[in-house]
Amino acid sequence: MPYLVHSEEDRASMLESIGVQSMDDLLVDIPQSLRIGSLDLPDGLSEYETMSQIASLAARNRVFPDRLTFRGGGVYRRFIPAAVAAVTSKPEFYTAYTPYQPEASQGTLQAIFEFQTLIAELTALDVANASLYDGATAVAEAAMMAHIHTGRNEVMVSGYLHPEYVEVLRAFCDGRGIKVRKGTEPGPKTAAVIFQQPDFLGLLVDAKTLTENAHAAGALAIACVDPISLAILSPPGEYGADIAVGEGQQLGLSPSYGGPHVGFISCRRELVRRLPGRLIGIAHDKQGRRGFVLALSAREQHIRREKASSNICTNHSLCALAASVYMTYMGPKGLRQVAEVSFKRAHVLAERLAALPGWEPAFPDRQFVNEFPMRVPKASAVVRKLARKGILGPIEVQRWFRELKGVVTFTCTEVNDARALDELLAALEA
Amino acid sequence: MTELLSFEKSRPAASPPRLPEADVKGLDPSQVLGPDLLRQKAPGLPQLSEPEIMRHYSRLASMNYSISEQFYPLGSCTMKYNPVVNEVAAALPGFAGLHPYQDEDTVQGALELMWRLERALCAVVGVERVTLQPAAGAHGEWTALRMISAYHHSRGDNRTEVLVPDSAHGTNPASAALSGFQVVEVKSGPDGRISLADLESKLSPRVAALMLTNPNTLGLFERQILDIAEMVHATGAMLYYDGANLNAFMGICRPGDMGFDAVHMNLHKTFTTPHGGGGPGAGPVGVKAELVPFLPTPTVERTNGHLKLDFKRPKSIGRVRSFYGNFGMLVRAYSYVVAMGGDGLTQASRDAVLSANYLRKQVENDLEMPHEGPCMHEFVASAQNLTHDGVKALDVAKALLDRDFYAPTIYFPLVVPEALMVEPTETESKANLDAFAAAIKEIVAEAKSNPQALHDAPQNLPVGRLDEVAAARRINAYLQGQSEDPVLRWKTPEK
Amino acid sequence: MADRRYTKTHEWVVVDGKTVTVGITDFAQSQLGDVVFLELPSTGRKLALRESFGVVESVKAASDLYSPVAGRVTAVNDKLTVNPELVNSDPYGDGWILKLELAGDLPPDLLDEAAYKQVTEASAH
Repeated sequence: MPYLVHSEEDRASMLESIGVQSMDDLLVDIPQSLRIGSLDLPDGLSEYETMSQIASLAARNRVFPDRLTFRGGGVYRRFIPAAVAAVTSKPEFYTAYTPYQPEASQGTLQAIFEFQTLIAELTALDVANASLYDGATAVAEAAMMAHIHTGRNEVMVSGYLHPEYVEVLRAFCDGRGIKVRKGTEPGPKTAAVIFQQPDFLGLLVDAKTLTENAHAAGALAIACVDPISLAILSPPGEYGADIAVGEGQQLGLSPSYGGPHVGFISCRRELVRRLPGRLIGIAHDKQGRRGFVLALSAREQHIRREKASSNICTNHSLCALAASVYMTYMGPKGLRQVAEVSFKRAHVLAERLAALPGWEPAFPDRQFVNEFPMRVPKASAVVRKLARKGILGPIEVQRWFRELKGVVTFTCTEVNDARALDELLAALEA
Repeated sequence: MTELLSFEKSRPAASPPRLPEADVKGLDPSQVLGPDLLRQKAPGLPQLSEPEIMRHYSRLASMNYSISEQFYPLGSCTMKYNPVVNEVAAALPGFAGLHPYQDEDTVQGALELMWRLERALCAVVGVERVTLQPAAGAHGEWTALRMISAYHHSRGDNRTEVLVPDSAHGTNPASAALSGFQVVEVKSGPDGRISLADLESKLSPRVAALMLTNPNTLGLFERQILDIAEMVHATGAMLYYDGANLNAFMGICRPGDMGFDAVHMNLHKTFTTPHGGGGPGAGPVGVKAELVPFLPTPTVERTNGHLKLDFKRPKSIGRVRSFYGNFGMLVRAYSYVVAMGGDGLTQASRDAVLSANYLRKQVENDLEMPHEGPCMHEFVASAQNLTHDGVKALDVAKALLDRDFYAPTIYFPLVVPEALMVEPTETESKANLDAFAAAIKEIVAEAKSNPQALHDAPQNLPVGRLDEVAAARRINAYLQGQSEDPVLRWKTPEK
Repeated sequence: MADRRYTKTHEWVVVDGKTVTVGITDFAQSQLGDVVFLELPSTGRKLALRESFGVVESVKAASDLYSPVAGRVTAVNDKLTVNPELVNSDPYGDGWILKLELAGDLPPDLLDEAAYKQVTEASAH
């Protein structure tokens, strides 16, 4: 059997040492009525047969080339440097446990401390945590923070926040009796105004005014942001938002059918005690050597138990490591170039698409970075036609927003080269 | 060995990586977007060349203990071997390259894998359906409680309490509180098992569920589980299973048969998906028929060999995360289940129980054993016998690090003083177990002959014990505005 | 001290006319370990008997603080923001936590020295 190390001799020898006759003597506490003879599963397979089975499942999926992927909606194809996988596949990183014994975990602790710093810098806020599961749960955790901080029972979603993030927000809030409403005017019961920048359609919102309006009503401003766009766009700290959250998948993680990805959260100094999840800080040993350690653990569930503000026990450490490698590899100039190339190509694409008969920008007065909505005749047929030609086309957003019938969103990143745009147009024109 | 932060090594003169040019005639963002929308100050990301970056991370990696190099007897964590073939499986482009919003016809292989994993987990734990959405154990736990809450509400039943044993892990009460329940503790009896008398006194029509780990956090099987289930169900409450210790009895018995209505599992424990330094994991939840309508949306359905995602679930508790689950971890777990098969999983649990009892026997005269054996896949020892030498469980843990072992779980469960929770798992050889026992004996002897050496441990690692108190105080000084040193991030000193 | 009283939740009180000084006991601070932070109310806040009014945090634990009397907060020990370790080094003196103006009578269930000693002995099993 694979991965098992004891021989029959080992087993016999161990039973003898323990002083029992058989395994049944060790399982004596389990009532006989519960004992099963075997599991209703096929027997195990050799590695060769296992991989054959897995590979044939993989072969039943269709992978679109990244250069011919124009679909976003929260998950994007990006250039992932080889350095990322080279680091995350190091067994010392991927098979390590949570760093509860800091002296034996300085590698993980330092790498994630760097992640916290990178995210704080990118979002221009004071402190970031060691990561969360995804953008959706990050939004929900930020809403919880605002509820606890203000004592208010309602959060307001402004504009087009990712529909799945809204669903998750509702599921979290339901459990705590917090109301979620969509609106434009925060009120005296509003704990936080949550907006996405760029929004789910890729459009830019007036983050500054939304933040000011939230504060005027005594509410916190929670900005859900695209990390790559922050190389160009004003970050939450610059316009005074209290909490920044988002999805870090674009920072070096494959789409992988939706997970595992990585959520991030950062906030102003005053809110740090409310941050969920893990926080890593600097500490020193008796010899004055600098090290890193899990900090402020007293906030967390294993100590506060039912009084914790979150039950989160973990972070997406290896994914945060990937994101750290990516951000370090890119540096400020590289990240800016990725964002600018994406911006330019997307704007050229939008112009070319708008020239197609019957096609027009869905919100012509709004700005975007590299994702944008188009109003298109026969949207479903268009998407199917593209798929037949090996192109993963836009998303039909009417699936979530009935008022957006016929609207599709296109994404363009640094992996969609100029020829790919030509291929897309040619496929549409045919 | 030390390694500076990437920020400290940053050199503005370092060339940025070469990236594709736009090669389209287009405008710069600064020419299109108004100044209000544009970033004023560039983010302070480090600037390093690729060779420097790779050196940096390789050196960091060498400062970690990991299951690939050290024995990790962490109780309730099931640190078993992470098969390398699972990494190959998850990295296959046919999985890694899939966009979650692809048409279902183009991801039949992915959906089939999820469906088959669901079926396999149902078989292992004895339930009707499993949701693969939750991203972690605590996340799954909260998901299960939300389903239980929805179930009671659908019956017009307003139940406000959840019962949790005093030996439970902190996530249990935290998740219960987050689901809107009041937490009531149930006492363990003198043998470490839940007290039926206390349970009876606390059961009432207000109780929505009892949360139990079995074997419990002391590694002991709740012998009276069938009675417990009957008592709980008789009051209309549900029984929730915390799957942290599932490695104890796969193929031997099943939580579903014990009467559990919701069965939580940790793929990163029992099903060997790698811990990654703290995540990602996955926390699927199995349910009996009554809870099926409340499963998170979407579920994976299979009809005539064709798979689809079912979003039409009116009673569902909704979504607990974006998309469908930590798919990459599901691939790894599935690969493990296929390779092990029913026979392999059963033998794994048997060996886990055997190894734990063997190791317990080796150290039973060196440490205190608060409860009688046999144990299941883990045991709890107490270092209280070393207290009069001034030595604590913490010192034992640090001394083990110096001897190239990762330490067991310490100070949990709370009901045992100076607790050491040891779970060897089935993937440690007898020789390793003997070496660990020898290390324990050495440490216990040193507690008498040279306790200071234990207080000074670890000495062989990049850092010694870190002053967490001083760090916490500096953090609080920052948070209260008395200092500008954030401690929780690097701040490049102003020139 | 003859006029110090205690609660089962390990707070102490000293009464001086209508002013009640509150802190946590030596037993409590030794259980907590080095105190790193206290979350405390503002002056003026009204507290009900046994109402939770704050948290005292160490690296490994966090304990809620319960008001031993009903009253209005008149003073909070500012020194504790900079030197939380005073709670450990001088729990009955410089480590005092807050002062209240007593509302109504002292509750009858405050423990004297001997009764509190029994509570701590029962805890340390």
